[in-house]
Amino acid sequence: MPAHVQPLKVYFGVFLALMAFTALTVSAAFVNLGPANTFVALGIAAAKATLVILYFMHVKGNTKLVPVVILSGLFFLFLLFLFLAADYGTRGWLGVPGR
Amino acid sequence: MASDAHGTPLGADAAEHGHGAGLAHHFDSYEQQKDSATLGMWTFLVTEILFFGGLFAAYGVYRSLYPEAFRASSHTLSIQLGTFNTVVLIASSLTMALAVRGGQTGKGKLAAALLVLTLILGSVFLVVKGFEYHEKFVEHHVPGASFHFEGPDALHAQLFFSLYFLMTGLHALHMVIGIVLVGYVAERAWGGAYTSENHNFLEGTGLYWHFVDLVWIFLFPLLYLIGRH
Amino acid sequence: MTSATNPDGSPRVHYLNAAYGLKSWLLTRDHKRIALLYLVSVSVFFALGGLMAVLIRMELVTPEGDLFQPDIYNRLFTMHGVLMIFFFLIPGVPAVLGNFLIPLMIGARDLAFPRINLLSWYLYSIGGLFTLWALLHGGVDTGWTFYTPLSTNYVNTSVITVGVGIFIAGFSSILTGLNFVVTIHRMRAPGLTWFRLPLFVWSAYATSIIQILGTPVIAIAILLVAAERTLHIGIFDPKLGGDPILFQHLFWFYSHPAVYIMILPSMGVVSELVATFSRKPIFGYKFVAFASIGIAVLGFLVWGHHMFVSGQSIYAGVIFSVLSMLVAVPSAIKVFNWTATLYKGSISWDTPMLYALGFIGLFTIGGLTGVMLATLGIDAHVHDTYFIIAHFHYIMVGGAIMGYLGGLHFWWPKITGRMYPLFWSKLSAIVIFIGFNVTFFPQFILGYLGMPRRYHSYPPEFQVLNVMSSAGATVLGLGYLMPLVYFIWSMRYGPKAPSNPWGATGLEWQTTSPPPVENFLTQPIVAGPPYTYPAPKRAPEVTVGV
Repeated sequence: MPAHVQPLKVYFGVFLALMAFTALTVSAAFVNLGPANTFVALGIAAAKATLVILYFMHVKGNTKLVPVVILSGLFFLFLLFLFLAADYGTRGWLGVPGR
Repeated sequence: MASDAHGTPLGADAAEHGHGAGLAHHFDSYEQQKDSATLGMWTFLVTEILFFGGLFAAYGVYRSLYPEAFRASSHTLSIQLGTFNTVVLIASSLTMALAVRGGQTGKGKLAAALLVLTLILGSVFLVVKGFEYHEKFVEHHVPGASFHFEGPDALHAQLFFSLYFLMTGLHALHMVIGIVLVGYVAERAWGGAYTSENHNFLEGTGLYWHFVDLVWIFLFPLLYLIGRH
Repeated sequence: MTSATNPDGSPRVHYLNAAYGLKSWLLTRDHKRIALLYLVSVSVFFALGGLMAVLIRMELVTPEGDLFQPDIYNRLFTMHGVLMIFFFLIPGVPAVLGNFLIPLMIGARDLAFPRINLLSWYLYSIGGLFTLWALLHGGVDTGWTFYTPLSTNYVNTSVITVGVGIFIAGFSSILTGLNFVVTIHRMRAPGLTWFRLPLFVWSAYATSIIQILGTPVIAIAILLVAAERTLHIGIFDPKLGGDPILFQHLFWFYSHPAVYIMILPSMGVVSELVATFSRKPIFGYKFVAFASIGIAVLGFLVWGHHMFVSGQSIYAGVIFSVLSMLVAVPSAIKVFNWTATLYKGSISWDTPMLYALGFIGLFTIGGLTGVMLATLGIDAHVHDTYFIIAHFHYIMVGGAIMGYLGGLHFWWPKITGRMYPLFWSKLSAIVIFIGFNVTFFPQFILGYLGMPRRYHSYPPEFQVLNVMSSAGATVLGLGYLMPLVYFIWSMRYGPKAPSNPWGATGLEWQTTSPPPVENFLTQPIVAGPPYTYPAPKRAPEVTVGV
């Protein structure tokens, strides 16, 4: 539908932003931020992913159901991570091997 | 995914309902057909998120348990090749997005050309990946009997490389499927199969391609960029 | 007027007689025909899985392991579990009844992706053939749970072949769920808002959510097991630095919600049956609808209760224990609301209703023992005993299969256009109910006394209860054979069914039996909520007795 066609400059703008983020994440990896390095890397990846999803995959301007579908998928993946962390993060607390 | 909603031959069904070209018999309108195709494709991609998510979960568990082994192993990967491939893949996403735009505006030939470009960029990615794999074989970094690693924690370094090959291998498999799909869609686009009303299969292939790009956007920092300082 | 002819007397064209020949079935894209393809295939796997159960119960008649060698027995209970869970229960209600009914119930001409629907049946069949092939080559002996490192490092059976079978069948399950979600969102008839949907559609929707979100994770777990067996990497191998418990996490992330894939659709069936045969709208419609969604979501928060004694952190165990008890809330909402619907209802004791009432009673027992098992301390005591076996059979057989059979009896006239014999079908419901309880109630006692699961011999003092259980299994088996016989009989000799033999509301009853190829001759329009009973009395010309 021509009404939904995004202007070309959006695509090229997003592409340039993705390139900039790539440069940023590679440079950030060489700076010692302590444990924050991982979060910076994942944060930049999340920002890149958001750009791709919103503009290249046309979620912006689509029906509202699509973001709901994506977010529910991510939510259940988060549950998997959360409960794995609950197990592996607390394994040593009791001080009894195997418990 | 959206194959049902696309290019259904104009059979008797369509004629009976007075449906237009490319509108399947059980849909009332192009809009309903397009919305169904989009929702179906996204639902499929959600299953893919959880499919890769299981591997990411395993990665997270072992990286948190053995950070030193993961750091040392990550340093043996080529950051230059990884960055190069990231750029290539993002560029292929751009050409794919422009190809879909070509479909939206009814420019089939332009879409086909951009799809071929996408296909070439995807192949470049795989070739580079092949060189990286080769290097790992030469260095005995492939898990198994001949695995050898000079580092503080070789046992758990092997876990890193197992996950590295599983995650990038599964990603590469998705790339191969994507390349086949893109080739098919390019041919159809050249033949004028996609109209501005119905280019759902092209759009769905685009979503799939971008998804494969998304996976790499996360794989790259997690595998290549651990503690480079 | 019978529904076999048009008003002018010419034979009526419907989905069954629109085309003939094997090709018209194997290449069909009609959701109703695909449902029948599924009906035949899941019945075959149910029969095979049932055969394994018969052999297991035969072995357990005597305390000594005298009928089978231990390794054969291991294969029997493993294949029983694999066939019943992955190839009967999970596709069962969704792929048979869901496929047939969802487009009819929402007033659509077909599912959103008819070709993908057919593809999903083929994937299911290919997965099934892999499993059968493995069965012919000795099967698997790891238990249906494929726990590592047993499945990866020690056993020498067809783990990979069965794994591939389950992987492929999993894709089929995902595609079915995807098709249902898109169909329910995009294809509803004009006026059919979400809160006018039949509760079966709500439960099918909740089931689809689990199929879509859970199945990929077991797919990756199976893939990792296969990679570990072939490539000798060590993701789950302690010798190579891996953690076997991670496999259990990934496995149960799917396999616990999978229990709700089995039970939720049957709950939907029971909601339809209770309303129809009480002649009352479902009490608390919205609560029942949201309870389905609630069960689907909570189902993903509780998987660790399968791992209380596995070496998982005790703190995680406590969290999982508390969350598991929460599942009782939406489940109880459903049971209470069904009961409240029955209250002062004008109840008729037709065959489907007998199955529905059986479901409510047996599911309640299964559910309450589930709360017991969610309690950390009790689970540590009865873990891996027959108490667990009894509990989940009350859910899966007493619950899921009762609902499945109730649904089949309810919609059989719609599916085939024929009635089945009333007396025999009522008898089958009663025989199955009695046989089921005699089989599985003794197993609660056996488990509580400490009889472990998965052994082919046991101490002599357990024999009386085991003989009872095996005797019950014989009755149960006969009960299952009866519908098989009279359903097949009815397809040829049963009296013609009218459009709406039960006087039920719902769009599927407004079209003819069997429905036309595109379900409705004119696009139905919905103007009100579901279950607007008292509906007109059942059509006077109905002769259900034979």
